[in-house]
Amino acid sequence: MGASEFALFFSVKEAVKGVKVMEWIQQLINGVSLGSIYALIALGYTMVYGIIKLINFAHGDVFMIGGFIGFYAMVRWDMGFIPALLLAMILCAVFGVIIERVAYKRLRNSTRIAALITAIGVSLLIEYTVVFFRGAQPEGYPDLFVEKNITILGVQISKTSILILAVSIVLMLLLQFIVQKTKIGKAMRAVSHDADAARLMGINVDNTISATFAIGSALAGAAGVIFGVYYTKVDPFMGIIPGLKAFVAAVLGGIGIIPGAMVGGMLLGVVETFVSALGFSLWRDAAAFIILILILIFRPEGIFGKNTREKV
Amino acid sequence: MKKSKIFWSYLILALVIYAVGQALISLNIIDMYYKNMLITMCINIMLAVSLHVVIGVTGQFSIGHAGFLAIGAYVSAIFTMKLGMPFIVAILVGAIVATLAGLIVGIPTLRLKGDYLAIATLGFAEIIRITFLNIDYVGGAAGMQVTQLSNWTYAFFAALITIIVISNFTKSRHGRACIAIREDEIAADAMGINTTYYKVTAFALGAFFAGVAGGIFSHNVFIIQPSAFGFLKSFDILIFVVLGGLGSLSGAIISAVLLTLVSTYLGNFPETRMIIYSLVLILVMLYRPTGLLGTKEITDLFKSKKKGGIDHDQ
Repeated sequence: MGASEFALFFSVKEAVKGVKVMEWIQQLINGVSLGSIYALIALGYTMVYGIIKLINFAHGDVFMIGGFIGFYAMVRWDMGFIPALLLAMILCAVFGVIIERVAYKRLRNSTRIAALITAIGVSLLIEYTVVFFRGAQPEGYPDLFVEKNITILGVQISKTSILILAVSIVLMLLLQFIVQKTKIGKAMRAVSHDADAARLMGINVDNTISATFAIGSALAGAAGVIFGVYYTKVDPFMGIIPGLKAFVAAVLGGIGIIPGAMVGGMLLGVVETFVSALGFSLWRDAAAFIILILILIFRPEGIFGKNTREKV
Repeated sequence: MKKSKIFWSYLILALVIYAVGQALISLNIIDMYYKNMLITMCINIMLAVSLHVVIGVTGQFSIGHAGFLAIGAYVSAIFTMKLGMPFIVAILVGAIVATLAGLIVGIPTLRLKGDYLAIATLGFAEIIRITFLNIDYVGGAAGMQVTQLSNWTYAFFAALITIIVISNFTKSRHGRACIAIREDEIAADAMGINTTYYKVTAFALGAFFAGVAGGIFSHNVFIIQPSAFGFLKSFDILIFVVLGGLGSLSGAIISAVLLTLVSTYLGNFPETRMIIYSLVLILVMLYRPTGLLGTKEITDLFKSKKKGGIDHDQ
């Protein structure tokens, strides 16, 4: 074997290694963009839980409704992506407030079990009402881009991933601005800290809770549209599993903590994509639940949570 | 003396119900469809009662009961179909494996409370389902063929034993400890009740009977698929317990019977069934959050009001 052959052998080996690294970077980007969908849903979960201590199971179905609104807007009414996204967000915000006013408002002082079961009931009602009116068959999303991938520094990245990432980052920054800088955001933080004290300070707690639902649902609606773009299909039950995973993401980051939901969602997306990439794609859905159980057992307050002592 | 008299009269009532059911089936008065409904009813009663001991008696909010049903179903099916064991043995083995799973799930998760426990049990049930989905030995997503071995006798007596054991458990010292945990865990702990022990016991007991129900279920449906044990199934079971009244054994039985009837008659309109189900669930929770019977039993209605004054409602 001559020296040149050796050189060739090593260069091939290097190239193979290089491809591997590139693949992993690609997977990482896919994971982050999938994770940002989870993060958007998780934000609604975490905000609602932070403010009224309710696991809003219907949140995944608001996400589903958002996906359908986006579909009808783009396919039937020929809207562009951004108008469809905005329409889905607005309608979902209204829908979220209606759910809160009709079903959850009366449950403020009831037991946690009653509230949780009502949420499950609302979730089933939304799913099967949609099935009742349009059937359970999935709907195909239009392709947004003719050319699917772009190459940056040798890494093939799908344009949809970039779009998803961009939309989610913009929305998350907007949310941070609303929560930290505006009056309603201040009211939301106050109510989640201590609802009674907030009421004494003259904050309209009911309106604040509704606003929380509106913001959370708008984010879920946006997530529904970009989920449709990412997976190119929507169906009436698509909210169940992403909804549960988003809850896992919220718990992972520390429930009630907004940056926690973002990081938790991204982390979960990356873990899932890596599990699939390693060839265990059928176990992908289990990964989220295994993470959930590990986090609940070892660090129930989540990554960003503070340990609160139980008071008798 | 009086207690045993009541017990025997209920047992005789149960045997009469069994005889009527058997007569209807043997004399071909009811067809396969309704016979199947009767067996499903017994399975649902078993599931409702076994979840009742976890949620209603001990107050631990588990929404992953379908996981134990799945274990009972698959393990017993493996024992009859692959290993050629008798049906009874298979049911028992399935139930024991489900109990072990209940212990494995229960010991770490029962330290959690309320919503977190609910989500953790849901997560475990999903992991169990996905595990069966990935085992080729039991057919993966396509499912596993099972011959029909369940009949009215098996289903009825399994349900009867479930009810007797759970009702005796509830009335025993252990059951009272569990009720104390439901009412106030911290106070129960302070009174010297080993709360973890009783929570895990109730959980394992619930898992055992869910496993029995799984054995009967899998040998009644010809083919079992992981998709039948998704979390919608868990919610179905939860609905039985909640509608009947959290803490009421007879409530769980009654709602299991009624909802099985409703879903059989609406079997051709699954969407309508689920819409009605969910509306009823929401309305009951909004206007009567304790469920139809609250913590009372239907048998309390027959007792004389002499005692009076004892109200178990919170």
